[in-house]
Amino acid sequence: MTIDRRQFLQGTTAAGLSASFSGMGFAQGSSEPIRLGLLTVKTGPLASGGIDMERGLMMYMAERGGMLAGRKVEVIVADTGGVPATARTKTQELVERNKVHVLTGPLAAFEALAIDDYIRSQKIPTLSVAAAEDMTQRKQNPWFVRATSTSSQCAHVLADYCYKVLKYKRIIVVADDIAYGHEMNAGFQRVFEDLGGKIIQKIFPPLTAPDYGSFIAQLKTDADAVFLGFAGSNGFRFIRQFNEYGLKGKMAIVGGMTAIDESVLRNMGDEALGIITTCWYSAELGNPINAKFAPKYRKEFGYDPGFYAAATYVNGAVLEAALNAVKGNVANKEAFMAALRKTNTMTARGPVTFDDYGNVVGSVYIRRVERTDGRLVNSVVQTYPNISQFWNYDPKQFLANPVYSRDWPPAKNLL
Amino acid sequence: MKRLAPILLLVILATVPWFAGEYYVNLGSQIMIAAIFAASLNLLVGYGGLTSLGHATYLGLSAYISAWLALRMGLGHGVTAPAALILTTLIGAAFGWISLRASGLGFLMLTLALSQIVWGLGYRWVALTNGDNGLSGLTRPAPFGISLEDSNAYYWFVLIIAALTLYVIARLVKSPFGASLRGTRDQERRMSSLGFNVWMIRWVTFVIASFMGAVAGLLYIYFHKYIHPSVMSTTVSAEALLSVIAGGAGTLGGPLVGATLVMLLKNYVSAYVEHWNMLLGAVFLFIVIVLPNGLVPGIGAFLQRIRGGQK
Amino acid sequence: MQFWVIQTLNSFSLGALLFLLSSGFALIFGLMRVVNLMHGSLFMIGAYVAAVAMHKGTGLAMAAVIAAVTTAVVGGVIERLILRRLAGNAQGQVLATLGLSFIAADFCLIVWGGDPIPIETPAMFQASMKFLGFSFPTYRVVVVAIAVIVGGLLYLLLERTRLGAMIRASVDDMQMARAVGIPASALFTIVFCLGALLAGLGGAIGGPIFSAYPGLDADMLPLALIVVILGGVGSLVGTFVSSFIIGFLYTFGTALLPDLAYVILFLPMVVVIAFRPTGLFGTIKT
Repeated sequence: MTIDRRQFLQGTTAAGLSASFSGMGFAQGSSEPIRLGLLTVKTGPLASGGIDMERGLMMYMAERGGMLAGRKVEVIVADTGGVPATARTKTQELVERNKVHVLTGPLAAFEALAIDDYIRSQKIPTLSVAAAEDMTQRKQNPWFVRATSTSSQCAHVLADYCYKVLKYKRIIVVADDIAYGHEMNAGFQRVFEDLGGKIIQKIFPPLTAPDYGSFIAQLKTDADAVFLGFAGSNGFRFIRQFNEYGLKGKMAIVGGMTAIDESVLRNMGDEALGIITTCWYSAELGNPINAKFAPKYRKEFGYDPGFYAAATYVNGAVLEAALNAVKGNVANKEAFMAALRKTNTMTARGPVTFDDYGNVVGSVYIRRVERTDGRLVNSVVQTYPNISQFWNYDPKQFLANPVYSRDWPPAKNLL
Repeated sequence: MKRLAPILLLVILATVPWFAGEYYVNLGSQIMIAAIFAASLNLLVGYGGLTSLGHATYLGLSAYISAWLALRMGLGHGVTAPAALILTTLIGAAFGWISLRASGLGFLMLTLALSQIVWGLGYRWVALTNGDNGLSGLTRPAPFGISLEDSNAYYWFVLIIAALTLYVIARLVKSPFGASLRGTRDQERRMSSLGFNVWMIRWVTFVIASFMGAVAGLLYIYFHKYIHPSVMSTTVSAEALLSVIAGGAGTLGGPLVGATLVMLLKNYVSAYVEHWNMLLGAVFLFIVIVLPNGLVPGIGAFLQRIRGGQK
Repeated sequence: MQFWVIQTLNSFSLGALLFLLSSGFALIFGLMRVVNLMHGSLFMIGAYVAAVAMHKGTGLAMAAVIAAVTTAVVGGVIERLILRRLAGNAQGQVLATLGLSFIAADFCLIVWGGDPIPIETPAMFQASMKFLGFSFPTYRVVVVAIAVIVGGLLYLLLERTRLGAMIRASVDDMQMARAVGIPASALFTIVFCLGALLAGLGGAIGGPIFSAYPGLDADMLPLALIVVILGGVGSLVGTFVSSFIIGFLYTFGTALLPDLAYVILFLPMVVVIAFRPTGLFGTIKT
């Protein structure tokens, strides 16, 4: 399904021009559409997730005839290319030229950090997809709301499952050498070691490592499992090479949110069976909303929706709930933002509410790769309800600690 | 007439904020910053004949130094700006010394290598640069107490600096030094036998180019108020190089035209054309086939032919 | 012990792939002095074409042949239509080849999407082999063998055939070669095609290890540049040796000093060029 952005853009530019010529702020009345900007990545290595983000959002809008809370919604898509400077420029374009009322995205953590101060100064409600932790922690942005997850929110859960259910005691962590990987690892390590487990090795390959051979050779052999904190398709490449080096079955593999995303799973084979991962979504979720969304997405695009498609689909639901609460009045930004933060609604991922910092409190799922109907899926094996970004820690204490990074919490059990 | 053209352009550009929306004013600032950066590279590539793929290093270093001094040491702009410029230029002097050990492809590779090393350090030396998260929370300076937070004010600030930088480059190019620089580009051995210190001429040019790249870096970080290691990547260096060549290396207007072309395609056209990367590549191919010396010389020659060669 | 053995084997296999990648670039630059910044793109196209061929049912060997022929044709077309006009215009060549790489990258993205496409290791090499008690992917050893064979064939081509003699003569002294009657123009096309063929072959052979993904071109090109410059222009032996040097440096460097990964990769080249501009084995000053 190709989206004709020119149509949207021509429409919105006309609307934008007329709005600025009218000399007032945003015109009231249901004739004026609500403009929603989508910051996504359509070129470059992150493109696959970005294209899914667009598809998820467009599907949500199409199902509702492009209308939310009785008003027409126009979506303007901007391609940031995964570069922070471009993310900022595109955000400026959406705000200054297209006069959007609300934003969704961006995809990558560093993009969110790049537009942080601009969002604040322009006061644009933003439904983030990016997982940058401090945006809802120590450097909380009041215009931010995140319905997906922080980097570590799901990792905390997986650590708990690994220790208590899978009874692993010694784990090696391999994660991309970016903030996302560091934060995921830190969250996993903290909970796992607090429960009594040991992280015996931490390896951070560069994000664009063409080959994992030299990293696999470094893996210690006496671990129960390897935790993969990869983004994009790196997890799938790592697993293939892991098996090629004869390690299949010697250690279990568990993964973070995007290690075995649905979009990557479709290219994998039997080597993926049995791998346990954690995420705030799975295409196999049984709730009524997802029971309709996932098959429809699969029918239209040929593969199951994963992290990125679900992110914008869920954001659509959050947006709709907030718009209903303010009866479509986006001109009063403060009220609209407050409504966003107070959202309590059912979405394709399950129930969604937000904590005081704008981050989601919702269910996190443990999934296992299984074969159903001839294709690989992430079957849900356990649900952890009401998980916040702080796990079971006290928020004030959590925030008093330094932000999760490569070196914090410090690893005590590396051999 | 030729002297009036730049002044006329300056006047027109100065009036832009009065009839264009904020988005276009900001786009204009970005184009001008890119133009300064391309012009600085043009000194090396166009006038010096030294193709560099590592110029983004100086943009990034000056931005990071100014950010680090402001955030970690709490220093004001009056200190961070000169410090960033001086330190970056010193590093440029050192890198220039190393790179000029070779010429041609060897020089290119050395500039690329040094640039990649700095880029890699930018990502991994997290204690210094905050790695992949970048540095945020930066401010714009307020020269003589005038705030530059407003888009229009910043636009005029960049315009003034751009005009000054380009003026300095123009004077430099037309001076005896500029003539000897072009001499080393065209006839290296002859210059050497005439007694010119070819190496020194090139090295001085490298230092000046890195200084101006550093200027662009400061303007860049003041505009974005955020810095990320990707700004030192080869992609940024390559884009600047392409701007220079496509616009016309070795001409004064070339880098300006080239930078405008690339920035417009990247930021403006990309909203309408999904595969703008491909379009950019096609435009470059078109230029290289039809106007092999770049846009400015090509259009200049075309105009001359129309005029029937009259002068 | 296991660490050192496996990393050594890894170094060899990475070096082998780098040789396949860089030999084409070295040929093109050595003869034509063209910095082919599209070389990474040709490698990537080779990988994608091989992936497509294998999806249609061919084995890897056949897919590699198809990929190599495809990139050779692409290279030939580019050389004749575009690069020919830019002889001597180094900056124009940079613009053209970079522009082409943008087009190629976007083209691959449009046709094959943003996800990486895996390429299956041929069934007979899928089992890992046991070496001194550790497992090692058999295919990586096969890659080393392929690189050695290709290197040997190239050597024979250059040293023992008339074509090779013509190429060597033109590399050493283009004007004299022309004066003697060597058809430089046709030679350029042949060599460019050959260089492109090697790149595409490398992409296909490397496919089971790297997969075909957007960004493969940008990941590979700097490595090719480093290898060729370090090894020295005009020397096939230099390219062969420096491929393995870089393979070792990269593998052990990222394992032992991950924070300095880029420094380790580039610093040796910087040191060598700074003190010996012809590279380790080169005969031509760059």
